Amino acid sequence: MRVIKRIGEWLEQRVQLAAPIRETMEHPVPRQTASWAYVFGSAALTVLMLQLVTGILLALLYVPSAGEAWNSLQILNHDVTLGWFVRALHGWGSNFMVAIVLIHMVQVFLFGAYKFPRELTWLVGVLLLLLTLGMAFTGQILRFDQDAYWGLGIGASIASRVPVAGPWIVNLLLGGPIIAGATLSRFFALHVFVIPGSLLAFVGLHLLLVLKLGINEWPMPGRIVRRATYMNEYHELTHKDGIPFVPGAIAKDLLFSGFILLSIAACALFFGPFGPSGQPDPTIIQTVPKPDYFFLWLYAVLSLLPPSMETPVLLIGPVIALGALFALPFFSGEGEKSWKRRPIAVLTILLVAVALGTFTRLAGNAPWSPVMDAWSGEPIPPQYLKGRTALQRQGALVFQAKQCHNCHALGGVGGQRGPELDRVAVTLTEDQLVRQVIQGGGNMPAYGKNLSPAETTALVAFLETLSPSGQAPARDASRQ
Amino acid sequence: MNQDQPSRRGVLLKLGVLVNAAAGAILAVPIVRYLLSPVLGERKKGSAPWLALGLLDQFPAGQTRLATYRNPVANATDGETANIPCWVRNVDGVKFQVFAINCAHLGCPVRWFPQSGLFMCPCHGGVYYSDGSRASGPPERGLFEYAYKVEEGKLLIQAGALPTPGAPSLTNISIRKSPCA
Repeated sequence: MRVIKRIGEWLEQRVQLAAPIRETMEHPVPRQTASWAYVFGSAALTVLMLQLVTGILLALLYVPSAGEAWNSLQILNHDVTLGWFVRALHGWGSNFMVAIVLIHMVQVFLFGAYKFPRELTWLVGVLLLLLTLGMAFTGQILRFDQDAYWGLGIGASIASRVPVAGPWIVNLLLGGPIIAGATLSRFFALHVFVIPGSLLAFVGLHLLLVLKLGINEWPMPGRIVRRATYMNEYHELTHKDGIPFVPGAIAKDLLFSGFILLSIAACALFFGPFGPSGQPDPTIIQTVPKPDYFFLWLYAVLSLLPPSMETPVLLIGPVIALGALFALPFFSGEGEKSWKRRPIAVLTILLVAVALGTFTRLAGNAPWSPVMDAWSGEPIPPQYLKGRTALQRQGALVFQAKQCHNCHALGGVGGQRGPELDRVAVTLTEDQLVRQVIQGGGNMPAYGKNLSPAETTALVAFLETLSPSGQAPARDASRQ
Repeated sequence: MNQDQPSRRGVLLKLGVLVNAAAGAILAVPIVRYLLSPVLGERKKGSAPWLALGLLDQFPAGQTRLATYRNPVANATDGETANIPCWVRNVDGVKFQVFAINCAHLGCPVRWFPQSGLFMCPCHGGVYYSDGSRASGPPERGLFEYAYKVEEGKLLIQAGALPTPGAPSLTNISIRKSPCA
């Protein structure tokens, strides 16, 4: 013990950090901030540390080469002792990190923490959110599999739509004219050096600001923020009724961080690592690329926007969203902090949450994508074939063979790109069915060139049988 | 010391700042050129090389088949990513169409369904007719098409770049001339 004490004294004589560290730990914070609502920032920092450690561990074996990356992930998953677990920790840590950063952001928004004098803390926080999402996206690329390869193609296609500079941006993004070795290398540099470096620097600034300006007090309805008086009011709050951060407020932070680390470990243990999916070989085209969880909403937006709206929304949407986030503390730097008196703030959060949730859920089953193997893998339900004529059954065969099933569901199976056809005979007459099949329209391709007259006749005869029992088929009123 | 005279220290400080600014500017030129190397470089129209997709009898008349080629700007670290697939349509035994695999919406790989004569994209539901023209879904145009020619019984295409909606060229590449050539 005495030796340790002497080493400590020897060090302190040189670094002289004991006093500032003690001062930092014991700085007074408002009593009510020792709350479960204030634990998300420290939890995000804890997960960042986990990501740093597991990231370095993965870098011991990962090979950032387009020809070798996928193989090195297989080795990590299957050959290296607990390599799968470290990959799983890093992957689940990434998901937890994005989630916690988002929750933290919602909390400080609802608590009015971005108001005077903490505007810069908020701005740096928005940058940290972008960097976190940047880590999530580049990390998904480093898992160099089919999803990563085609995801890069989607990224390049979006970037190409920038007016004038589009083609240059694509080449800069990919490091050349195609997705190849240089692409992976530059995403490796981004994921391992550029973004984490910036992330650590800005986390440092974020923390410094929290220490300099003090943690945001618990908002009370009616306690108005004014630039002239706030500093004194806060000083009084912390010094008259404050508690030291250590040990007063840190206990819940510690407990929650520990709980999060255990949750990540549990997810890693039970669900294992993410992928990699198939090899990043572009000649394997039997693939259905999908982004990782936190970008699924974007995948849905890209499918559901009308084609003419897509480029403007893709290019202007982010500018507006970021502009709003950056402008927020300057437009509402004073005034009411409590969410109980800020209905628009609460509604904004609800709206964004419901929108993102809906898009994410939609992207889960992707009703806009044709089910590529429904024509060969999903049979027509037997009740639609029983007691039918030979012509009608021939039509059912045409329905399968011409891939109609890829976009149209029958009996709840098949694609959802087009309408389900279980009751199509109730809504369309025979003539309308013929016209729709041959000419297409309403987002359906025209099949005129690819169906013989006999095939069309049979197909329409089959479609004419698709009406629930007891409901009369559609009639052409002009022919009565 | 005379106040009007510039002090030795002040001059040295200014000189130090100046030398470092000059060094920064001189170093910035090669660094920026290095960073921009993917977009700089000589580019002549039609300079992309002709690549053989295979013998003509691999592509029967009236059919559409998948072919692959090795991208001309590939290097040793590219691995499988430099093997690029494309769809070859032999229209009538004389005329061909060679389509990029990438959907004109956001670049996912389109698949050919000979039975219905359609290309379908698995990502956002883009559909194209057999001649590559847009049939339905989010794409704003038809499939990207390679320039082709037939020589000595082989089908050749001009290729090298990933086509994207904003940069639809398939040959937008710069080829560095080897000093030994």
